[in-house]
Amino acid sequence: MGSNLLNIWRRGLHTSSSRWQVFQTTTPTKRICIVGAGPAGFYAAQQLLKKLDDCVVDVLEKLPVPFGLVRFGVAPDHPEVKNVINTFTKTAEHPRLRYFGNVSLGVDVTLQDLRDRYHAVLLTYGADQDRELELENERQGNVISARSFVAWYNGLPGAENLSPDLSGRDVTIVGQGNVAVDVARMLLSPLDTLKTTDTTEYALEALSRSQVERVHLVGRRGPLQAAFTIKELREMIKLPNVDIRWRSNDFSGIEEQLEKLQRPRKRLTELMLKSLKDQGKASVAGFKQFLPIFLRAPKAIAPSEMEFSVTELQQESAVATSATERLPSDLILRSIGYKSSCVDSGINFDARKGNVRNSEGRVLKDETSGKVDPGLYVAGWLGTGPTGVILTTMSGAFAVAKNICDDIASKALDTSSAKPGFEADDKQIITWDGWKRIDAFETEAGKAKGKPREKIVNIEEMLRIAGA
Amino acid sequence: MFCLLLRRSAVHNTCKLISKQIAKPAFYTPINALHTTTQLRHGEYEWQDPKSPDEIVNITYVDKDGKRTKVQGKVGDNVLYLAHRHGIEMEGACEASLACTTCHVYVQHDFLEKLNDADEKEDDLLDMAPFLKENSRLGCQITLEKSMEGMELELPKATRNFYVDGHKPKPH
Repeated sequence: MGSNLLNIWRRGLHTSSSRWQVFQTTTPTKRICIVGAGPAGFYAAQQLLKKLDDCVVDVLEKLPVPFGLVRFGVAPDHPEVKNVINTFTKTAEHPRLRYFGNVSLGVDVTLQDLRDRYHAVLLTYGADQDRELELENERQGNVISARSFVAWYNGLPGAENLSPDLSGRDVTIVGQGNVAVDVARMLLSPLDTLKTTDTTEYALEALSRSQVERVHLVGRRGPLQAAFTIKELREMIKLPNVDIRWRSNDFSGIEEQLEKLQRPRKRLTELMLKSLKDQGKASVAGFKQFLPIFLRAPKAIAPSEMEFSVTELQQESAVATSATERLPSDLILRSIGYKSSCVDSGINFDARKGNVRNSEGRVLKDETSGKVDPGLYVAGWLGTGPTGVILTTMSGAFAVAKNICDDIASKALDTSSAKPGFEADDKQIITWDGWKRIDAFETEAGKAKGKPREKIVNIEEMLRIAGA
Repeated sequence: MFCLLLRRSAVHNTCKLISKQIAKPAFYTPINALHTTTQLRHGEYEWQDPKSPDEIVNITYVDKDGKRTKVQGKVGDNVLYLAHRHGIEMEGACEASLACTTCHVYVQHDFLEKLNDADEKEDDLLDMAPFLKENSRLGCQITLEKSMEGMELELPKATRNFYVDGHKPKPH
């Protein structure tokens, strides 16, 4: 503990000339606190540091380690997506940014406390819950959320004990978004291709014993409404030893509609149709199968199967008919979307939508008045709902950062009095230097195994290594 | 402050550049650069000034607010890293590894045909880019050639429909 405080103190002493300027200006330093060190938080910080040359940005992160879904969400076999960590690291090492890992809003510090200590607080803690099917038996052992499965293979602390049962032949994934496809790919990829990724060792070990041969990917609507994107589908088509089995019935009348489709939808549909035509033509049949199934809505869960209602499309939405179909399902993975949680009672949270009520990233005072709560902001999935690619999050975070700057300029946000910022109490805080020690340790541990890193999963161990 | 940062990274880049040149003297000549895949480079080349007028390619970036910035580039420059050198807000989250869409640009129509056709991977990613248009490309896949003299690259307007509360941002 002592050494950590010392580190923070030392960090303070490493003042560049510009930092002295910050202290010497007559107006107080503008202090902004960002809660959550994922993409939204880092992109907002990047923009704030660039646009406001007299601000200090403090980033608080619940975990000891930064990067949020870039570390714990992005699939291990998509390492190039994680290159963005380099940009985030540059932001984190900016002299006017301080990183406080292992500080949890609502547990270690209250929102009110942060609001008293900062001119502006920006919430970017993301979406850590998942939407449920709301079916009976959903809590039984063979149903797990895709979110927790992703967290498991990516080494999110607390997810290591999931022990998904991979002893059965059939897995059913409910939902067809890119998370669902990531999970399918992890279940069907040859182990050798995963061994050189940062997939956690325990997950590799469990996957090596997997008996899974067939993965169903079930959606309520039709091929024209499929939520996965073309890059992810192409990866599935190219997976060695895996046959894609489409249902030709699902595609009746689809080809005729191609011409009126927008480009992304058209290209995706063309790829599905091509894959359907090529079906079964491979010279060597794969021993595993990937089965996308459309127009089926979840109806009931039984011990080793799942029942679906056959649906019909009415104005793009799926309407259940009386017909049903049962799919063999030794393991069921629910992947129908994420939602955020409300970590502090001071947050104007919409429990139904699972996000913070806001207008252009300005958090609203209450449910009805439409009035803004000055000094409180939200960006990323916590504000927008859990959709979009990293560009969406980036543009959104930039826009909210710009609104903060505008509000300061227009004096909608009062920055006339000095604010103290966050002060570490007796809890062990992880500084950026602490994270760098964890990073170095993980990279070194990965080297021995030919992996980019071996993630530390245990928080105590993270703290121990960071404190060295 | 940002200028300070820029300058610092310039020094850093130059250092890296020098060390790389010692290691691989032939690597960064413009002729070779044309045949180098963008994935291998991280923007050091774009910090070199043109060695002769023959190499110069002038282009214009138009940012999301309509602000135009004329930039002198050179043959072989990647327009993503050239933008970084000149402080243009073009991201590049995946560092030109074709895994994101943060360097999405619109290419002035007259110049579209002068670019190499987008490959399948680029097209797949463009399909995920918000506000896709016919002249959409990824900046990281555009390498300057002499024929691109005078080209304009427009950055997409940033935000629309980002907020789930049914709020429509009002025009400024």
